[in-house]
Amino acid sequence: MEIALWGTRGSLAAPGPDTARYGGNTSCVHVHDGAGTHLILDAGTGIRRLGGVLPPGLRRVDLLLTHLHLDHIQGLGFFTPLYDPGMELHVWGPASPTLSLRERLMRYLSPPLFPLHLRDVPCRLHLHEVPRGPFAIGGFQVNASLVCHPGPTVGYRIADRTGCLAYLPDHEPALGSPAFPGAPDWTSGFALAEGADLLIHDAQYTPDEYAGRIGWGHSAIPHALRFAELAGARRLVAFHHDPAHDDDTLDRIWELFLRESACAVPVSLAREGERFLLPRPRTAGGCGGVADASAPQTLPYRSAS
Amino acid sequence: MAQKEIEVILTRQLASCLATPVFIVDAAGTLIYYNEAAEELLGRRYDEAGEMPAEEWGSIFRPTGRDGTPIPPEDLPLTVAFREGRPAHRDLWIRGLDGVDRHVGVTAFPLIGQAGRHLGAVCIFWETTEGGDSALGNPRVPGGTGS
Repeated sequence: MEIALWGTRGSLAAPGPDTARYGGNTSCVHVHDGAGTHLILDAGTGIRRLGGVLPPGLRRVDLLLTHLHLDHIQGLGFFTPLYDPGMELHVWGPASPTLSLRERLMRYLSPPLFPLHLRDVPCRLHLHEVPRGPFAIGGFQVNASLVCHPGPTVGYRIADRTGCLAYLPDHEPALGSPAFPGAPDWTSGFALAEGADLLIHDAQYTPDEYAGRIGWGHSAIPHALRFAELAGARRLVAFHHDPAHDDDTLDRIWELFLRESACAVPVSLAREGERFLLPRPRTAGGCGGVADASAPQTLPYRSAS
Repeated sequence: MAQKEIEVILTRQLASCLATPVFIVDAAGTLIYYNEAAEELLGRRYDEAGEMPAEEWGSIFRPTGRDGTPIPPEDLPLTVAFREGRPAHRDLWIRGLDGVDRHVGVTAFPLIGQAGRHLGAVCIFWETTEGGDSALGNPRVPGGTGS
């Protein structure tokens, strides 16, 4: 499984020279298995560039949306496969208690917010409300579960024979928990992240910032660290950088935290263009079952093809 | 490890922040949490009592009517909410695990999650005196009776 980060920013795109190292595009992650299955996690602004470098001749893409906040769907209308009549685009995401996924997406992909109607896009569009329980896309087994974030929001657990990725870009597991982390079975997102080889997780705020934003659906850095430890993840990639945190600020904040707060899980800051390879052969039993597994490899940036 | 549904987790987190006594059962009818305010009413800390199957919590607090007639578990508001999927309310008397009898108003509602999943039920207790005043430090709603 190869995982590439095309958008790492949270809430609002923040392009510019002061965010060039970690990136200014909003949430978008590309996952592929090298055998023709391509998953895209979220359609933030990072999906625009990804759409231009997908392999020529690709006929199917599966887009998995965690939720429909604008920073996770804003790039969808600019995703070139949407306009390819030969492309089969499957969009997965959560419904709400009263509206279907299609109705919810149409609120953005229709005038006056967007010039076209969703129904008019040329690709062969298939919308799926994420099922409860595991489902398969190509060689990937996917699990989606609701997590703590305002409105219907899911996280994803994606596994194949080489490893397991947990993706929770917008997540506030510490909400209402005076002594976070608590028991695993009472912790939002735990089942998705348990034993993951790679955990991509919200770490938007410093604790001081979080104190003024409780209930907004995001994690303070220590929450992300403790959540990764609780879940027994093998590596944490801190994601959904606050748009007010430029590169130097991120470096300064994280240097301080990692110096003062030890984390049992290797951690790095999500960097736009970064790739990870989960190479280990799997045994039965899924994630976390291989004692001598090697850590995910970080690869130099290249295109998606 | 199995994880509770997010709606249940959030319900508990909300309950843990409230001064209103709250009691939560899961989709199997098992008592899975009550908050500190309910601990005061039920006479035992949740950490000591732990999870309880329905047949246990339905009788352990000895619910009775005004005349002392036992209320069968199937007539308790929480059981109605859980089994019939509708809100229910009743005044009753319970004996806490500390041996103290208390008159309480009980309101229960089903916990229906996304996609209509039946996740359990939630029960709110309100201790009342014969005059309708709240006790046990239950917060008074301005203009309300507390019962």
